[in-house]
Amino acid sequence: MTVHIRTQEEIAARVKALEAIMIEKGIMTTAAIDRLAEIYENEVGPQLGAAVVAKAWTDPDFKARLIANATEACAEMGIGGLQGEDMVVVENTDAVHNVITCTLCSCYPWPVLGLPPNWYKGPEYRARIVREPRKVLREDFGFDVPDSVEVRVWDSSSEMRYWVLPARPAGTEGLDEKALAALVTRDSMIGTGAPKAP
Amino acid sequence: MNGVHDLGGTDGLGPVPVPTSEPVFRAEWEKAAFGMFSMPFRAGFFGVDAFRYGIEQMHPAAYLLSPYYEHWAHTVEHYGVAKGVLDEAEIDERMQYFLENPDAPMPERDDPDLLAFVDAVVKAGAPAGRPSDKVAKYAVGDRVTVIDDSPHGHTRKARYVRGKTGVIEMAHGTMIYPDSAGNGGPEAPEHVYTVKFTNEELWGAEAAEPNGVVYFDVWEPYIEAAS
Repeated sequence: MTVHIRTQEEIAARVKALEAIMIEKGIMTTAAIDRLAEIYENEVGPQLGAAVVAKAWTDPDFKARLIANATEACAEMGIGGLQGEDMVVVENTDAVHNVITCTLCSCYPWPVLGLPPNWYKGPEYRARIVREPRKVLREDFGFDVPDSVEVRVWDSSSEMRYWVLPARPAGTEGLDEKALAALVTRDSMIGTGAPKAP
Repeated sequence: MNGVHDLGGTDGLGPVPVPTSEPVFRAEWEKAAFGMFSMPFRAGFFGVDAFRYGIEQMHPAAYLLSPYYEHWAHTVEHYGVAKGVLDEAEIDERMQYFLENPDAPMPERDDPDLLAFVDAVVKAGAPAGRPSDKVAKYAVGDRVTVIDDSPHGHTRKARYVRGKTGVIEMAHGTMIYPDSAGNGGPEAPEHVYTVKFTNEELWGAEAAEPNGVVYFDVWEPYIEAAS
């Protein structure tokens, strides 16, 4: 078995080589690369999913529509698109805790969570979260799910994109949608964490 | 293919490396590599299924040890060369140039249409649903077993669900079939279902964690009625 594992310098040079050739061939431009990166650095990220969650926490009719058809409900808020063409929201309750993964690659609901963190795309999480989710949540994320709560793992093997509606934290009765959205973390919508306490 | 990418249930990889925070892109080259799905997609290099199959054909050791976005560069190179658009020797030569001249500028070219495409595709996406007059063989509540075989080429039939029996929880209509489209075939839409498996069914009573299930999406040819 011979395989060369490239250094960061080698990868950077290889990618630049591909980029330069594809620019010359009319396939890419640096402006388009920068614009695409900027979208996911500054415009599309977990703040969008957090806004959806906060609306669901305050508006029962919206929550019902979100559970029935997440793609359409998010579209009401102008949220949707690439890698979220067909979304399904799964709800955490006192009896159920949901967590998402993609054991085969890196599928993730971009329009509401942005691009996935590296650990989500890496081999450790993908290997273990379907086999020992309670252990991974407890030991790697410091998030303990009691045995009385069912753990449901959603392996995104098709183009359906699952994500989690976390339970509204206690003590947030007086908060408005904006204040609630600030409590919703990326990990709480993946299922590897809880929303922040008020 | 029975590849290393099919990670579900693999033991021995160690803890999940969770940093307290990280930027969306950790290096400039990651931004360029991230552009290597949507733009070459527009240029006809691949659909998403073929894109994944290109990644799956990396050497297993390189797959496990390389940073994520190198996977994307790998599949672009794979299909670009296969289509005769890119040339391996030229890539090697240019790579050597950029190793020796890491600050050398990129060629300059404007393309307003491409810039507009980027914004449009992020907003509109590329749905996988396809109309079909195929009648669904199964319905929510049916008990089904994933066929236990090892197809060559691209498939989404992960090893850890093969031969396992579960219950259909959702039916999603017909979508592009990766086992065809990912292997250079037509879209050949098939019905997609979400199947619920118990931990005990997947891992055995002794190894299974208590009170848990895994949901896995299958295309109709992956399953048969449970006996």
